[in-house]
Amino acid sequence: MATTIAGQDRLRAVTLLSPAYLWLTVAVFLPLSAMAFFSFLSDVPFGGRDWHVTLDNYRAFFETTTYATLLWKSLKLGLIVTAVSVIVGFPCAWVLAKVVKGRSREALFLLVILPFWSNSLVRIFSWAIVLRGNGVLDRAVNAVLPWDVKLNLMFSPTAIVIGLVHSYLPYVILTSYLALQAIDDSLIEAARSLGAKRRTILWRLILPLSAPGIIAGAVLIFVPVVGSFMEPRLLGGRLGTYYGTVIEDQFVAVFNWPLGAALSFILLAVVLAILAAASPILKRART
Amino acid sequence: MKRLLLTSALILAGQGAFADEIRVLNWQGYGTDLDWAIAAFTEKTGNTVVHEYFTSEQEMLTKLRTNPGAYDVVLINSAYTAQAKDEGLIDAIDTSKIAHFADLDPSLAGNEDLNPGGALYGVPWTWGLTSIAVNTGDFAEMPTSLSVLWDPAWKGRVSIRDDGLEAVQFAAMALGQNINEITDLDAIKAKLTELLPQITTFWSSENDWNQFMSAGEFAVATYWSGSASRSQAKGLPIAFVVPEEGAIGWLDGLSIPASSTHKGAAAAFIDWMVDPEFYVKWDAEGAPVSSNTKALAALPETSFNRKLVEDPATVARVQFMKPVSDEDREAYLKLWQDLKAAQ
Repeated sequence: MATTIAGQDRLRAVTLLSPAYLWLTVAVFLPLSAMAFFSFLSDVPFGGRDWHVTLDNYRAFFETTTYATLLWKSLKLGLIVTAVSVIVGFPCAWVLAKVVKGRSREALFLLVILPFWSNSLVRIFSWAIVLRGNGVLDRAVNAVLPWDVKLNLMFSPTAIVIGLVHSYLPYVILTSYLALQAIDDSLIEAARSLGAKRRTILWRLILPLSAPGIIAGAVLIFVPVVGSFMEPRLLGGRLGTYYGTVIEDQFVAVFNWPLGAALSFILLAVVLAILAAASPILKRART
Repeated sequence: MKRLLLTSALILAGQGAFADEIRVLNWQGYGTDLDWAIAAFTEKTGNTVVHEYFTSEQEMLTKLRTNPGAYDVVLINSAYTAQAKDEGLIDAIDTSKIAHFADLDPSLAGNEDLNPGGALYGVPWTWGLTSIAVNTGDFAEMPTSLSVLWDPAWKGRVSIRDDGLEAVQFAAMALGQNINEITDLDAIKAKLTELLPQITTFWSSENDWNQFMSAGEFAVATYWSGSASRSQAKGLPIAFVVPEEGAIGWLDGLSIPASSTHKGAAAAFIDWMVDPEFYVKWDAEGAPVSSNTKALAALPETSFNRKLVEDPATVARVQFMKPVSDEDREAYLKLWQDLKAAQ
């Protein structure tokens, strides 16, 4: 009798899980394995071209310093964007979770999520209009200040960081918000009644308790930013060559899919290695 | 039931004989897919036209290789015609089927890149230049030399396309080298290293270019002649300049894939594409230079293309692009990537 119930449970579990696993297989595993296969070929395996299995694509990464330099540049960009997003996003999440209540919280939430509803290209192009020389920002600043200011932020690393932070900020706000809301207000009151200063409460109570949320948001931002290509290309101008744009070039401009796939997998490996190296710290933050 | 099937089969066969649907493979928005042109062709011959597009020459070749029988007319840049012929992708053209062939510029029809192995594999359709265009608001006097791209006065307001091959070719011309026989790649690298700090951003499409130019980001930038005529028609204050060092010339031909099943209708379409009646109307909207001498003669005096080809000294300075070997292409790309990464 017991076995049949277990069998039924298993059947139910399989039925409920199968859409998710099917989706993972079709949308993640298959394309990823196709790309892994491409990365070991000498040429794309269609159109009657000659191809054979080779390691040359991975070797190409180590033959010049170009790719490593660019990867380092992209990792730095990822760190900066993540740091700025956390510094800007955490206070926002605090206000949402603990300060405002009711209707105004809903309105603020809407404002946070709003960027997600617009196409990312549209967002970047609107930033281009704002940032470019004699653009919206330049004119606004010049209208306020009496002397002539030339901001000229467009086509600089600053422009790339602004665009990326704007795109990814909601992640860190939402994850921190969830973590902050789970903190019992009475804990903070207890700390206060025991004479803890505001800074002590922040450092010893709120930050440790909300660390899982902050870290989850940071990881969600760091990984896509390292591989980003659209924002650097459109906002970075001649300085906008990053690891992601080089991969895009291989697929779109030069039609060298194998090299592009190999570069992508190296990026994946490096990001996984960084996350693995950071995991002890992350674990400690969680407990 | 049988009779019904038979009649429908007959109807289908009848349509096949009298009205073909031909499939054209081309860049998007490049002449062959103009609505009025297709409508006029359908009215004349009864054949209908369907388009498919590519975004790079490599993609075009891949599509021809992987979809035999899917295309009837394909646009191939003369630098790639020999490769397509060698792979058996396209057929030699039967010039007797092209009524306007006698009017085509003999030097283009006899172009050695379009005639690999001595037979014509692509009907010369249009040609154009990649050179520089300047904002007439910034330049009181037109520059005469490519060195304007390196002029510190325009630092931060210069642009070129993000394309390794083209960047190398421009540097080669500025150094007095032949773009098809580059001898000193180190000198080119040094020249491009000097050029990069001048650049504000790279442009990638005509639309891009127009926006940057109208926003005042560009004072001088590389550009295509056909696009320049379109931008001028839209009212942008620009001038297209062919400097004394020369300009990069390209020649596009229309070919018929070996696997095409509608070769007659395909030839008729190519004939319409080199028809002066078509070209004069296209030119008014902004077009590259036609290969048909009668079509050029029929253009109004003010036409951009008419003025461009009228000056034989300009045409003499053009360096037509030859096929580039894969090794060279890769070397240029690597050089370009290294330079960009070092920024």
